[in-house]
Order: sequence, then structure tokens, then C-alpha cells
Amino acid sequence: MTRKSPYPLWFVAPAAIIFSVLFLVPTLASFWFSLTRWDLFNAQFIGLENYEQFFKEPFLIKGLFNTVFFAAVTSALKTTLGLLLAVLLTSGIFAQGFLRVLVFFPVLVSTIGVGITFSKLMHPTKGAINVALAAIGIDGPGWLTDPALALFSVALVDVWKGIGLATLIYIAGLASISPEYYEAARIDGATRRQMFWRITVPLVRPATVTVITLSMIGGLRSFDIIWAMTKGGPGFSSDVLASVIYKQYQAGFYGLSTAGNVILFLLIAGIMLPLTARLNRKEVEQ
Amino acid sequence: MKYYSAAVASVLMTLAGAATADVTLTVLIDDNADTSATMQALTERYSELHPDVSFDIEVRPGGSDGDNIVKTRLATGEMADIFNYNSGSLFQALNPTKTLADLSDLPSQANVIDSFKSVVSAEGKVYGIPVGSAMGGGIFYNRKVYADLGLSVPMTWADFMANNAKVAEAGLTPVATTFGATWTSQLFVLADYFNVQIAEPDFAERYTANQAKYATSPAAMRGFEHLQEVFEAGYMNADFGAATYDEGVAMVANGDAAHYPMLTFALGNIVQNMPELLPDVGFFAQPGDDAAQNGLTVWMPGGMYISAASPHIEEAKGFLDFVATVEGCDIQTAANGFQGPYLIKGCTAPDDIPAAVADMMPYFETEGRTAPALEFLSPIKGPALEQITVEVGSGIRSAADAAALYDQDVEKQAKQLGLPNW
Repeated sequence: MTRKSPYPLWFVAPAAIIFSVLFLVPTLASFWFSLTRWDLFNAQFIGLENYEQFFKEPFLIKGLFNTVFFAAVTSALKTTLGLLLAVLLTSGIFAQGFLRVLVFFPVLVSTIGVGITFSKLMHPTKGAINVALAAIGIDGPGWLTDPALALFSVALVDVWKGIGLATLIYIAGLASISPEYYEAARIDGATRRQMFWRITVPLVRPATVTVITLSMIGGLRSFDIIWAMTKGGPGFSSDVLASVIYKQYQAGFYGLSTAGNVILFLLIAGIMLPLTARLNRKEVEQ
Repeated sequence: MKYYSAAVASVLMTLAGAATADVTLTVLIDDNADTSATMQALTERYSELHPDVSFDIEVRPGGSDGDNIVKTRLATGEMADIFNYNSGSLFQALNPTKTLADLSDLPSQANVIDSFKSVVSAEGKVYGIPVGSAMGGGIFYNRKVYADLGLSVPMTWADFMANNAKVAEAGLTPVATTFGATWTSQLFVLADYFNVQIAEPDFAERYTANQAKYATSPAAMRGFEHLQEVFEAGYMNADFGAATYDEGVAMVANGDAAHYPMLTFALGNIVQNMPELLPDVGFFAQPGDDAAQNGLTVWMPGGMYISAASPHIEEAKGFLDFVATVEGCDIQTAANGFQGPYLIKGCTAPDDIPAAVADMMPYFETEGRTAPALEFLSPIKGPALEQITVEVGSGIRSAADAAALYDQDVEKQAKQLGLPNW
């Protein structure tokens, strides 16, 4: 299957060097350091002890579950709400351009800024959300301090921040659907609901694949929004794999946290490779 | 290169018409208001005495974010010339023999009290000098609330809980709780060490040797149980999960809350932010089960250290030598008030001291009424304690479970330090 590259070696060399130095070497080095007790000065080879320790982490199982939960919830919401928003924003409604800007705007704001802002808004007694709820007689929950709710609250903020990108991709996807299909359907007497399910959803599939892939990868490795809002707390209740790893690094357990990163890498690869293969295959079959 | 940039700097200085400063020492400090006040005062005075030395002070966050910054900057050689940081087990985790400059031969070390030297030493060399004073870990209380409700300082934990019940009846918050700053959740466990060592005098030794465990020592587990009892009784403020350290200090100072478990360094926060409330705040040791055995868990102040990678080690030593003198103590007292006994021989207390310090001094003046916190007796402190204590204090995990979980965390740290027997 190998075919000769149309480019000469000197043409690809600069990119190859940058790729090796910044990506390939560190990745390979991290496999080595994950097998050591490492304090950034000395690395002492300890075999698979870091992996053993990492899997013994009492918060790891919770962190793994939370990682998958967070990725699934944010990805599902971004996909469904993103598509609905895209349909709305391509329907020629009033001030369409301005509304598109509004939806996309949170994507441009720094994640840490969004996290800090929302953690103030979600303060259990002084936050704007609970103050507003109290005004209409509802005793608002501790959005970020109730262990059962914290991760879900963060997921909602992540959706708010990320939905603009999903919507943008869907708008592009919708634009590529030929209007002739809708015309033909209308002549045949199809309802709007039927057109949505029978034409829009199947034909926008390439966009759906992109949105799911991007939001799943983003969700599985998400860290900044969670760290800015809860630091994995209260206790360990909103810890994800990335925050567990970061805490090992914070404690100076560099070898252990590198082992955690290798596991995260394998987890993402393990979920995403079959998923993308499956999504792409279906696309081809159509 | 060094001379070149120094030359450029002095040319620029001359052009700007400023006094020529031959050396600028960079200083990294934590973000407490009182640390900043101390360092401003000390560096200004030193620059007056030595016009050729100026300072550039940089502020870092506290807690585990701060630990991370200090460790990483030391490891990568990017540390400021001078920095402040905890003594004891956190100091040991900095890998001092490789990252810090040896201060054993600093002339002023002759006046530093040995008990402090031991918590900033590694392999027989001294790496730090004390900044600030010895601190108590215990419970701040609002004296006005106590007077209004006719309460007296509790000598046992049961008395303390009885006081809390009366405070709650009066509609005030009994125990200010600030899990928004997770590190503040550890106090009930850490400040209980006086009581632990009364019950088990060799706990620290056996703990370091992997023999004593929190889960199997009833005395050591009491701290976790106290936290659980306070939560279950509903004695915390409504926003306990989000409140911050500054808010906790303010609550006990202005009387919204009757108690705040904290180290006495919070006095510096009161002096800086609400000095008029200083007389309203008192302090007592965290009580145990026996009124006859009441005593205080003591923290050593943090140290000031010099990075081994600093290009200005000699100049930095000159500054540290100045800080560890009686004049250094007096400057600190002027900046933040007197907060407790200094660790430098010859330093004295002023005539008027804050009420909370007056409450604390008797513990120091009586033999056997103080004990160092565990982190100064053992190099091991598990990094996840603050998350675990948040769980207990929020009702997510039971005290017994938490103690067992913390034992695992301790084991991880001990292995990382490469201690024998683990």
C-alpha cells in the first residue's frame, strides 16, 4: 500500500525534525519516565510500580468514571443542542448573523475566565444564580459544593462554552445539503418534522461525526474548566483522570503522574480509535 | 553575559536618574497580606542600609498550587534568588540538598533557636532562617460573642461542643468553615496532635517507621471524628463549601461566627485587613478529652531560603543574615504586630500584645503544654489530606474511612521519599 511521496526529503525534513523533537521524543521519554521514581533530578527505575500505585489510587475508579461521564454528557449535549441551534440559525430568523455571533462568542473566551466567572455565579449563598432563584422562592442547590451535582454543573458550563463550535460545524454541514432534497420532499408532502429526521439528520452526518469526535476527545482530556471551577472537589467528587494526574504532579510524584498520562493516552486511543473507525465506516456504507 | 546585563542595567539606571543599584535580588513570596507587609518592610530597611542592593518581589499563590510552583521552579532552575516556604515536611519535599544554598555558616545562625534549625535542615546542613514567629494551631474565638452568651474557654472537646450548641441557639454560626480554600479543612486533624501525643508519646516515631496508622490509633483518629461531629451537628456556615480563608477570618473577627479553627498566623490577616477588630479575637488550643491535659499544637514559622541556582548567593546571604537578627524581628513586629515567640535569641515582645497572643503565650510559658505538629516530627505528610478532610467535613466520607484512606496517601508519600520500611 505504500506509495511514493510526491515531496522530496528536504521538503519534509523541517516538519519531521519539529515533530520528532517536540512530540515523538517526549512521548517516548514519557514511557520511560513512567517506569521510574522521578524527582526531576534523578530517575530511579522501579518497573511497573507506578502503574500498580496508580491503579491502587482510591480516587482513580471514581476519576475514570467521571472522565467518561463528563465526556459522554458534554458530547451528547453539544451534538443535540448544536444541531438544533444550527437548524434555528440557518432558518432565516430575525438578526440571524447577530445571534450566530452570540452563540459562538463563549468559544473565544478563555476557559479559566469562564470557569472563575461561573464559580462566582454558582456560589451557594451569594452567587447570582441562587440569589435569582431565592427571589422566586426556590432554595437553590450548592451547584459546585454538592458532591452529587458538582461535576454535572461543570459539564453544563463546558457545554455553554463549547456549543458555539459544534453549532458552527453544523451550520457548515447544513449549508452543504442541497436545497433540492427539501424541495422534492415538500412536493411529496413531507412535514417539517419528517424533513428534519429523513433529510437533515442523515445528510448532516459528516458534521455529526466531526462534532462527536472533537467533543469526545475534548471531554476525555478536559481539565482546565474542572480545575478552575472545583479543583476536583468537593473532596474527590468531580475528579477526572486529568485532575488526578495533575495532583500527583503537584505533589512532586513526577514518575507517577507520567504513568497516569500514559494511561490517559491509552484510554483516549482505546475509546477514540474504534469510535472513529465505526463512525467513518458507516459514512462510507452510505 | 552577567556583567554585560549588569552594565546595561546600570547605564539604564543612570539614564533614568535613579540611584545606582548594583544588584537586584528577586524574591518569591506567598500571597498572604501579612507576608507581603513583612517583606516590604524588611527589604526597604535593608536597601536603606545597603543602597547597592535592591529587590524585586514576586507573589505566588498559597496551598498546593504554591507547592507546585516552588517545586517546579526549583527543579528547573527558574527560582527567584530568595523565597519563603514552609519548614518541616514540606521543606523536606523540596529536595533541599540539591536545590538550596547551604546557610550553615551564616553568622546569624548562632542566634537561631535549635528547634527551628532542625526543621530546615537536611543531611546535617541548615538551609533556612525563620521568618515570623512560632504559631499555635487551635481555635480562634470571638470574645464579644463569648461575653454576650456567657461562655468560657473550653478545656475539653465536650465543653467546646456545648459552647457550639449555645452559639447555634443564639442564631450565630458556631464554627466558621471555609472549604473554598481546601487547606483550611485540615486544622481539626493537624491541630489535634498535642492530644495524640499525650495518648501515644511515640506516635511520630512509629508513624515514620510504618508502624502507627491513623486508622488503627484511636487517638489519631479523633481529629477526623471531630470534623465529622461538627458537620453532623450542623455547626457550619451555610456556604462552608465555597467560603474562603479571608472570609473565615472576617467571620470570627466580626462576630458572625463564634469560632474559626486556624493557625495563629491569621492574626496577620486581621492586622492587615481589619485592625480595629483585633481586640475582639481570642484564641485557645484545640481541646482534647481531658481538661487536665490541655495543651497547644505548635507550628514552626516558614523559612526564607536561597536557591542554589541563584547568581547572587552572597548578596542574598547578606539579606538573610540581616533578617535573622533582633532588628529583623522588630521590623516584623512593626509590620504585622506581635504574633508569638520568635525563633531568634534576644527577640522580645512589645508591651501591648493582641488579646489572642496573650491567650497563647501561657502555653509557651509552661513546660509540657506545647507539642510540635506532626509535620515537624516526621518527614511524611500525605498530599491528599486536604481533600480527605473536606470529604469528612462535608459529610461525604466517615471519619474511620477517611483515616484509612489517609494512611494510603501517607504510604504513597513515604515511598516517594524512599524511606526505609515502606
